[in-house]
Amino acid sequence: MTPLIEARHLTKHFAVKRGLFSKSIGHVSAVDDVSFVIEPGHTLGVVGESGCGKTTTAKLVLLLEEPTGGEMLFEGRDLQGLDADGVRAYRRSVQAVFQDPFASLNPRMRVATIIAEPLVTNQRLTAAELQERIGHLLDVVGLPQRSASLFPHEFSGGQRQRIAIARALSLSPKLLVLDEPVSALDVSIRAQILNLLRDLQAKLGLSYLFIAHDLAAVGHMSTTIAVMYLGKLVELGEANVIAKDPKHPYTRALFSAALPIHPDDRREEIVLAGEVPSPLDPPAGCRFHPRCPVAMPICASEVPVLQMVEGREVACHLYPSPA
Amino acid sequence: MKLLEVDGLSTHYITARGTRVTRAVQDLSFSLDAGETLGVVGESGSGKTTLALSLLRLLPPGARIVSGSIRFEGEDLVPKPEAEIRQIRGKRIAMILQDPMASLNPLFTIGDQVAEPLRVHEHESRRSAWNKARGLLEAVRIAAPEQRVREYPHQLSGGMRQRIVGAIAISCEPRLLIADEPTTSLDVTIQAQYLSLLRDLQKAHGLALIFITHNLGIVAKMCDAVAVMYAGRLVESGPVRQIFNSPAHPYTKALIESIPRFGDSNARLTAIDGQPPDPSALPPGCAFHPRCLQAMERCRAEAPPDFAVGADQTAACWLWASS
Repeated sequence: MTPLIEARHLTKHFAVKRGLFSKSIGHVSAVDDVSFVIEPGHTLGVVGESGCGKTTTAKLVLLLEEPTGGEMLFEGRDLQGLDADGVRAYRRSVQAVFQDPFASLNPRMRVATIIAEPLVTNQRLTAAELQERIGHLLDVVGLPQRSASLFPHEFSGGQRQRIAIARALSLSPKLLVLDEPVSALDVSIRAQILNLLRDLQAKLGLSYLFIAHDLAAVGHMSTTIAVMYLGKLVELGEANVIAKDPKHPYTRALFSAALPIHPDDRREEIVLAGEVPSPLDPPAGCRFHPRCPVAMPICASEVPVLQMVEGREVACHLYPSPA
Repeated sequence: MKLLEVDGLSTHYITARGTRVTRAVQDLSFSLDAGETLGVVGESGSGKTTLALSLLRLLPPGARIVSGSIRFEGEDLVPKPEAEIRQIRGKRIAMILQDPMASLNPLFTIGDQVAEPLRVHEHESRRSAWNKARGLLEAVRIAAPEQRVREYPHQLSGGMRQRIVGAIAISCEPRLLIADEPTTSLDVTIQAQYLSLLRDLQKAHGLALIFITHNLGIVAKMCDAVAVMYAGRLVESGPVRQIFNSPAHPYTKALIESIPRFGDSNARLTAIDGQPPDPSALPPGCAFHPRCLQAMERCRAEAPPDFAVGADQTAACWLWASS
């Protein structure tokens, strides 16, 4: 089966400018040589801490940023070669739901207008057809029909996130980019939204790019997990393979730092020293080596490459290449 | 003698004309031993922050402790004049807030801010307070304290700022530390660092800790006892293992079941329908009844008192009325 999205060696650098004439004084490599695939109907979960490049990856997939290098294929076709119509078609099939539903909905628009906006700009529908579509979308995300004539402030966080999901679904996309969709919500509401997203995936055959820092939520939602650190992919593989036995020292530290679900759930404690370094001046060699509990001399000089280790890809010198 | 005994505490927000009353904290009782850690769990609007502010008598204008007592080291804090409270606040009881950037003054150096409580409460000279400040920075594991004392908050990372706030909190060797969502704004591995630091500080100084959080994982990791709040009331309290093993209140049970966990990617999460009520317009009877699957006729009419469920465990739910 052709993957829905295939990213090959995707790279994004941001120039850092300073002074009167905006002289470029260097660059931040926000995403560096990242490759992944998203299969139809599956979920790719991206985890990592702030500054690891997960949001930039999402923006690249949404075509909100132009990659500095590498390529992206959509259903086997290179996005670089698309004409304006092709780009428009791509944008229709890839939609986003953001973290904060208080910021992503226009407070001056009624819910019906919010949900209908993508339809009005992209399709020629009669008023009656539009009404029917809005009613259907509200139904799909579990909101009452009368919501259509209300304003966003009349809803709670969880309901607003449902409105945002309805808007994202309005053009029947193939891929939803979910950037921390539940982190702004109350604990008792998170499960509602995660369940809704899973039901929609099963019903509509959607693919998800699920970005979160909550490891348990990513593990719960994803078929594949990508772990990122300072713009680099450090581990990529099937969710349950990685969850059962993480291989990269950073993934291990992340899993050990994840909070337990029971007081008796004691795990090996790996407390990483130091902070995530500035992406402006990333460490040489493996970017994780200054914080790595098992760093070796080679880690400071040579960049490890991704290779297969027990059913998943890992970029770490602990696992010597077979060659 | 217990270190802290809160009995029947009610804090209400009253509008200027006295026309609207919001019962943010209603008839709350709990106690805490020296060196013990209590987790206060609740969603937004459950009154957990109002509780913390009441304990320190830091309530905003319009909020009033209308009844109850807060006995700290045997003395009731509620009727004390402001001048006496000032001698306790920051010295015997200290607090760590959620956002370190908001709790540090951007215009003063780190050294000034860590030394301030020592100068105010212990009447130390500037020189000796600064010397102690260096030692405190070392205690919260800040590298190069010599240099950091002369820096300003904006020069530090989020994790470091929160550790500075921790250093200020322990500067006068308090007996009780109240931490209100101290790690919500931190990354996962930095959160793990901070939690282990707090635990070490607690051991070293014999601190009692009140952890205010919405995250049950933090409670499972850090606390000896739990108090679950819903709509201003304590719905369940008891030792942490007992609560996680056999939650008695339907709300606690649902909260624990709604956390996603690894290896359950096929299971649906147990979601709590509806949303937390508006604290200024609570439903009659038990505030949880509109969302409760086991609600009975009585729940809609009468608010349940605390029932003893087991050793040290109480639940405010009519299900336990017969036992």
